[in-house]
Amino acid sequence: MRTDDLNSIILTLVTFAPLAGGLLLMLLPRRDRDIRIFALVISLLTFVLSLHLPVYFHRSHPGFQYEIDRQWVSTPNIHYHMGVDGISLWLVVLTTFLTPLCVLISWNSIHERVKEFFILLLILETALIGVFTSLDLFLFYFFWEATLIPMALLIGIFGHERKVYAAVKFFMYTMIGSVFMLAAILWLYAHTGSFDFVVIRDQIASGAVPSFPAAAQWLFLGFFLAFAVKVPLFPFHTWLPDAHVEAPTAGSVLLAGVLLKMGTYGLLRFNLGLFPEQARRNASWIMTLALIGIIYGALVAMVQPNMKKLIAYSSVSHLGFVVLGIFSFTQAGLNGAIFVMLAHGISTGGLFMLAGILHERRHTYEISEFGGLASPMPVYAASYLVIVLASAGLPLLNGFIGEFLVLSGAFQDKAVYGILGATGIIWSAVYLLWMYQRVFYGKVTHAVNNSLRDLSGFEKWAVWPCAAAALVMGVAPIMWLGAIDPAVRAALAPFAQVVGKVVGQ
Amino acid sequence: MNPNLNPNLNLWVIPILPLAGAAINGFLGKKASRAGVTAVALFFSGAAFAWALVVAARFSSLSLPYHEFFAHWIRSGGFSADFAFYLDQLSLVMLLVVTGIGFLIHVYSVGYMWDDPSYYRFFSYLNLFMFFMLTLVLAGNYLQMFIGWEGVGLASYLLIGFWFTKDSAASAGKKAFIVNRIGDFGFLIALFLLIKHFGSLNFDQVFGAVVPLPVETADAGLLTAIGILLMVGACGKSAQIPLYVWLPDAMEGPTPVSALIHAATMVTAGVYMVSRSHVIFERAPLALTVVAIIGTLTAFFAATIGIAQTDIKKVLAYSTISQLGYMFMACGVGAFSAGIFHLMTHAFFKGLLFLGAGSVIHAVGGEQDMRKMGGLKSFIPVTFGTMLIATLAIAGVPPLAGFWSKDEILWKAYQVSPVYWGIGVVTAFITSFYMFRLLYMTFFGDYCGAQVDAHGHSSHGHDAHGHGEPHESPMVMLVPLMILALLSLVGGFVGWGNHFEHFLAPVFGAGETAGEAATSITEWLLMGVSIIAAASGWILAYLLYCKRPELPQKIADSLGSFYVTVVHKYYIDELYAVLFVKPLIDGSMRILWQDVDRKTIDAAVNDAGDGARHVSDEVRHMQSGNIRSYAGWISAGAGVVIAFMIWMWMEAR
Repeated sequence: MRTDDLNSIILTLVTFAPLAGGLLLMLLPRRDRDIRIFALVISLLTFVLSLHLPVYFHRSHPGFQYEIDRQWVSTPNIHYHMGVDGISLWLVVLTTFLTPLCVLISWNSIHERVKEFFILLLILETALIGVFTSLDLFLFYFFWEATLIPMALLIGIFGHERKVYAAVKFFMYTMIGSVFMLAAILWLYAHTGSFDFVVIRDQIASGAVPSFPAAAQWLFLGFFLAFAVKVPLFPFHTWLPDAHVEAPTAGSVLLAGVLLKMGTYGLLRFNLGLFPEQARRNASWIMTLALIGIIYGALVAMVQPNMKKLIAYSSVSHLGFVVLGIFSFTQAGLNGAIFVMLAHGISTGGLFMLAGILHERRHTYEISEFGGLASPMPVYAASYLVIVLASAGLPLLNGFIGEFLVLSGAFQDKAVYGILGATGIIWSAVYLLWMYQRVFYGKVTHAVNNSLRDLSGFEKWAVWPCAAAALVMGVAPIMWLGAIDPAVRAALAPFAQVVGKVVGQ
Repeated sequence: MNPNLNPNLNLWVIPILPLAGAAINGFLGKKASRAGVTAVALFFSGAAFAWALVVAARFSSLSLPYHEFFAHWIRSGGFSADFAFYLDQLSLVMLLVVTGIGFLIHVYSVGYMWDDPSYYRFFSYLNLFMFFMLTLVLAGNYLQMFIGWEGVGLASYLLIGFWFTKDSAASAGKKAFIVNRIGDFGFLIALFLLIKHFGSLNFDQVFGAVVPLPVETADAGLLTAIGILLMVGACGKSAQIPLYVWLPDAMEGPTPVSALIHAATMVTAGVYMVSRSHVIFERAPLALTVVAIIGTLTAFFAATIGIAQTDIKKVLAYSTISQLGYMFMACGVGAFSAGIFHLMTHAFFKGLLFLGAGSVIHAVGGEQDMRKMGGLKSFIPVTFGTMLIATLAIAGVPPLAGFWSKDEILWKAYQVSPVYWGIGVVTAFITSFYMFRLLYMTFFGDYCGAQVDAHGHSSHGHDAHGHGEPHESPMVMLVPLMILALLSLVGGFVGWGNHFEHFLAPVFGAGETAGEAATSITEWLLMGVSIIAAASGWILAYLLYCKRPELPQKIADSLGSFYVTVVHKYYIDELYAVLFVKPLIDGSMRILWQDVDRKTIDAAVNDAGDGARHVSDEVRHMQSGNIRSYAGWISAGAGVVIAFMIWMWMEAR
C-alpha cells in the first residue's frame, strides 16, 4: 500500500529532488567543502530514489507506469502528466547514475564559484529527468528548453579558453532546432486541443485530427529537426566538438551521456510514436544520414589531435548507431538503439571523466602531449582500457550488446544498412586503440609526464562505477532488455500494419 | 538427445577457473610475491585441465552432443542467445588441446618470465586468454563463440603489447586487433544472415535448419554467402591470405605467448570455427573451394617467406601461417577431421618449436637473429634434442606426429584435386628445408654470438641479468619441452588406422572415409612422394647450411631482386600501407575533417549564425502568431538567464 502511494509521486520526487537540493544549496553559506558534500548527498539521494523505478517496474507491462496526470492550466489545456515506460525508464536511471559521478569528478577540479557550479548541475539534472518523464508536450518542451540554460552556463562560465563561443554556439544551434518543434507542438495543440502525448497519439492514429495528412510531413520534420540537432545527426553535428572541448568535465559527461539522448529519445518517442507513417516514409534518407554519421564520425575521430574532440566525434558515430536502429523499425534495432543510448552514456561519460582527469594534471587534451602514461599511471591506464574496450564494442562489455542488436536489426531491414554500419566495429577499434597507444604506450616522451599522479580516491569513485556498469551491462543485458523489449514491441505495433515483417527475430 | 539423460558435467567451471585466476592476479598480484602469483596462475589453469580430464574420462558415457545451459544473456523479441555450453567429440579435442598445452605453457612461463617486473600482469593476461579460448571452444551458439573469438583477440592484443614501452610491440598489438576486427566484420555479417534466415544462432537450431537444405551446386546462394563470410572471419583469426599480416608482427610478444596463442591455440580458432560449421560448408561447394584455395595458397606463400627469414621467431611465425594453410586446405576439401588432426599435432610440435625457440633466446640472452647463433647444441642439449624432434615432426618425417596428419591432408586433397596435392607437396619440401635451415643455423656450426650479454635485453624486455656463455634453461622450462616432444613423437599414432577420424565421425559424418580401401596403392605412392619431399628438403638444408655455409649468400646474390623481395615478405605490409592505411588517414584528415567538416559544414553554420543575427533584427518586428510565441519563449528564457546572471554577479561581489 505504501508502495502504491509512492508509485504515484515517485516521478515527481525523482524529477524535482535535485532542483529542491539546488534551491537549498542557494541558502547554504559559501563553504566549498560543505557545498560539495551537500551536492553529493542530494545526487546520491536522487539516485537511490530513482532505483524505485526499475525495482517496482512491471516488466511485462508495455505501457506507461508510475503515471501522474493532473490539470495544471485549464486554458491552454496543460497537464502535469508524467510517466515512464521501458523506453524512458533507464534513461532516467542513467541520468541519476551519472550525476553523482559528475559531482565526484568535479570535487577538486572546480575551485571557483563552487556553489553556482553545483546549483547549475542539480538544476540540469532536474531538467534532464523531466525531459524523459514528461508525457505532456508542453511540459516536455519546458524541460527540453530548460536543459539549455544550465548547460550553456556550465560551458560559458566553467569552460576552457573559447568557452563563450562554444556556449553561444551550443545555445543558438539547439535553440534554432527547437523552434520548429515548438511550431509543430502548437499546431498539434491547435488541432487536437491537447498537449497530452497519449491523447494526441491516439487521435492521430484514429484519424480524428483535421487536416493532419497535409501537415504530417511538416510536423514530422519539425520534431525531427530539433532532435537531429540534439543527437547530433550528420550534418548537424558541428556544435558538439566545440561544446565538448570547452565544457568542464561534468558538463561533457552529462552532455554526451544524457543530453544527446534527448534527441534519440525524442525521435523514438515522438517521431515514431506520433507519425509512424511519415517515419517509415522518411526512413531511408534518415538511415543514410545515420550511416554517414557512423562512418564519417569515426574517420574524423581517428585523425583528431585532441582527445576530447576525438571522443566527441566518436559520439557522432555511436549516436549514428542509435538512429540507424530506431529507423530500422525492427525489434532488434529498437532494443539495440535504446541499449546503445545507455551504453554510450556510461562509456562515453567514463571517457570524458578520464580525459578530464588528464586535463586537470596537464591542462591540455592534446594527444601528442602524452605518451607512455601506462608507466607512471598504471591504474588510470587500466581503467581507461576497460572503458575504451566497452566503447569499442568488445563482447561482455556494454557497447557490444547494443551495436550487435542495432546492426542485426538494420540488416533485417536492408542488408546494406547492416553491412555498412558493421564497418563501424572496425573504425572504432582503429581510432580508440590508436589513441590509446599514443597516450599510454611507448616510453614517456615528455619529462613532465613522469611524475603524473595516478587516480585519486575521488577519481576512482567516479570512474570505477562506469567500468563496473559497463561490465554488468555487457554480461547481464537481460536485466535491462527485460523492460525494454515489451515497450519496444508496443512502440512498433503501429508499424505492423505499415511494414510487413516488423517483429523480426 | 534428451539432455536429461546426461549427468551434469558443470562445464561452466572450466572457463570460470582461469577467469578467477586472471581476476585474482590482476587485482592482487601486484602486491603479492612471485610464488603467490605462480601458485594462483598454475592452480587455476591446472584445475581447468584437470576438470577437462574428468570430462574426458566420463565422455564415453554421455549422449552427445551434450548441452548445458548456464544463464540467459541476450533476449530481444524472438531472438535469444544464452550462455550455454556444447560438448561433442570436436569440442573435446579442442578442450584437451587448449587446457593441456595451455597448462604446460603456464608452467614454462614461470621460468621464462620469472625476472620480468610485470610477472603478475603476464599471468593475469595468460589466464584471461584461457578463459576466452575455453569460452570459444565450449560455446553452444555462435554469439557466445563470438565472445571468445573477440576475447582471445583482446588477450592477444594485451600479450603482444606486453612490453608496451617498446613502440614496435604496442604497434604490433594494435595491428593484430584491428586486422582481426576486419575478419570479425565478416563473421558478424554471417551471423546477421543466420539470424535473418534461421532466427537463431544456436548450433542445434542453425544446423538443424541447414541440414534439409539442398547443396548449392548450381548457383551460389545463402549458405555460400554465409560460408564465405565465416571464412573472412577465419582469415583474420587464423592469419590467412589476405589478413595474415598481423601474425609475424605478433612475435613482439613474449615467446610463451607466441607458443600458446600464436601457434597452438588461438590461431587455430578459425579452423575450429569452419569445422564447427561444416554442415553449412558441405552444402556450399563454392565456399569450400574458396577455403581450399585460400588455404593452399597461404600454405605455399608463407612457406616461401619462411625460407629467407633470419629471426628465429619470424621463421616459426611464417611456418605457422603455412601450417594453418594446410588445415584450411583440409577443410576446403571436406576433410575436416584431417584438419583437426593436423591442428592437434601442430599444437604439439609448433608449441614445442616456439618454447624451444624461447629456450634458445633465453640461452643467448635475448638474441633472436639466427645469424648470431650457431653451435648451440653442445650448450643446450635438451633444448636441441626436443627441437630436433619437433623439426622432424613438422617436416613430415615418419613416424612422428606431423607426418601422419599432413599426409592425411595431402591424401584427401589429392582425391579432390591433384593441384592442391601438388602445391601441398612442394610446400612440404619447403617446410622441411626452412625448418632444418633453422636447426642448422641455430645449433650447428660455430657459435657466432661472441658477446652474449651485449645484446642481452636489447631486443626483449626481459632478461636484464647478465649472461656468461649460453646456458640451458631451468627444469621448469625443460619439462614442458620434454612432454611436448613426447607428444610430437607419438601424437600421430592416434591417427593410426583412422582412429582419430572415426572418433570425430559422429561430428563430421562417416562419409569421408568411404571408398578408401580401393585406392590404397595410390595412397602408398603419394606417401612415398611426401617422404621424398621431406627428405630432400632436409638434405638441401644440410648441404647449404651445414656442409657449405657460404653457399646460401651466393645463391641469394645470384637471385638478386627476387631474393630481396622475399626477404621483405613480398612488400605486402608496404602495399597495404600505400593502398589502405595512408589514403584512409590522409583522406580523413584533409578531406573529411578539414574540407568537409570545418571548411564546409561548420563554416556554413557560422555564416548562417552571423547572417541570422542581422535577419533577426528585422524578424523581431514581425507580429505573426508562431513567431510571437517563439519570441516570447526566447525572452522568457533570456529573462531567466539574466536574472541568474544578476544574482550570481551579486553573490560574487
